Amino acid sequence: MGITEIAFYILAAIGVISALVTVTARHPIYSILGLVTCFFSISGHYILMNAQFLGLVNIIVYAGAIIVLFLFVVMMMNLGEIQETSKNLIWKIMAALAAGCLMLVLVAALKVSDNLVSAQPDNNIGLVETLGNVLLHEYLVPFIMTSILLNAAMIGAVLLSNKENKLQNI
Amino acid sequence: MVFEAFLLEKTIIVLVVFVVTLSIAAYSTYGERKVAAFLQDRIGPNMAGPYGIWQPLADGLKMFMKEDFVPAAANKFLYHIGPGLSMLTALMVSAVIPWGKSLIIGDGEASVQVTDINVGILYVLGVVSLGVYGVMIGGWASNNKYSLMGALRASSQMISYELPMGLSLIALVMTTGTLSFNEIAAQQSGWNGMEWNIFYQPLGFIIFIVCAFAEANRTPFDLPECEAELVGGYHTEYSSMKLGFYLFSEYAHMFVSSAIIATLYFGGYNFPGINTLYEIMPHNVVTAISIGVLMIKTLFFIFLFMWVRWTIPRFRYDQLMDLGWKKLVPLAIANIVLTAGIVLLFK
Repeated sequence: MGITEIAFYILAAIGVISALVTVTARHPIYSILGLVTCFFSISGHYILMNAQFLGLVNIIVYAGAIIVLFLFVVMMMNLGEIQETSKNLIWKIMAALAAGCLMLVLVAALKVSDNLVSAQPDNNIGLVETLGNVLLHEYLVPFIMTSILLNAAMIGAVLLSNKENKLQNI
Repeated sequence: MVFEAFLLEKTIIVLVVFVVTLSIAAYSTYGERKVAAFLQDRIGPNMAGPYGIWQPLADGLKMFMKEDFVPAAANKFLYHIGPGLSMLTALMVSAVIPWGKSLIIGDGEASVQVTDINVGILYVLGVVSLGVYGVMIGGWASNNKYSLMGALRASSQMISYELPMGLSLIALVMTTGTLSFNEIAAQQSGWNGMEWNIFYQPLGFIIFIVCAFAEANRTPFDLPECEAELVGGYHTEYSSMKLGFYLFSEYAHMFVSSAIIATLYFGGYNFPGINTLYEIMPHNVVTAISIGVLMIKTLFFIFLFMWVRWTIPRFRYDQLMDLGWKKLVPLAIANIVLTAGIVLLFK
């Protein structure tokens, strides 16, 4: 086994175990820490595939910002004892159905795609230069659309979090 | 064979960087007390050895000898890993700093840098954004209201100041055109070693250094451990070497931030006349000098951290958020627009 393969299997094991911890842990904090570890292993996979930019942005955005906000919320909650929220049977069935649909789509996508491991890997494919060129030349309009959408969502969040009486002043 | 040589080279560099970081962090505690004493017209530590230079060892020994207390209501596992996480993130950043140009060993050229990844700046931002976890997890796991308040303050402060920090780096990336630390340092060797980025990005530098102070939890932004309100902040419940780790990681963070500021804005290992020296003197000697120069710059910024700490009083919490969101973020965005305009003009 080459060093890449060893790294892949270690990362994959960490990813699967931490994902399981995320779902099965009783304590929300352990769930969150499992999720962070899972994101790290995903970033590791990106870096193995030479997509360093994607890997690091994944860490900055998910581990650095989103999960910290999750932690914030959980820490503010009152976690005196572990509360077991009872869920309706219908919710469980619906959740299982939704997850099953997602899996079906993923498996179908894998099945129709061509050879997953390309015969001649392109070493430059994940670099910032390549990504920037693709985003700002081929996909310029979708890129701008996405940024407008994100901006709108951001401004909306700021407006909503404002107090009612302040809204009229704006 | 080539791989083994590579592994050996990198192991040596990692060990050296690690030891240097830790020893400078240890002596920063001594330096801090001496600088404080100087600014307040006192003598400072002077009993352990000549001029008190064994003070860090005495402090370390004291930390180890204290009782390692764990609160009964604490979450044991998270309580123990908190300080370790803090230290880990503080030490991880130094992996991308280029300490010098290169050393010629035998017929090969070895770079004086742990790793030259081509997204170095993003790596720094990523690791800095992980710095929240040690503080937050430790503060929460202590199960103490002061710790929790300190942890919440620390994390909201770090998230708020990451934003202008990232924005000021974007303007820097626009002028340099690369995300690699090695290339940024090499670019600044123009004008015979004086083409430092501070001349292109003065505003960006000011924003960056303010954010670096906030990220390292140093005064005037040390609200997470504000004694007057929060006892000891997020490490109220910690004692013994775990407390030592939290305090120590702050100094390690300070060293690494100073090295990054020196590399990004103050020419890194370049000094006036470096190119001429490379022509007339042996390669390795000049590299050794330039490593020393980077160290001097770094020590100056550590001194600046201490200077500010003992000069400027602590902010109020709302003032801190006000400065971060309403002043630094708009300034950083204006800096980006200005830089983009000038870059386009001179293209």
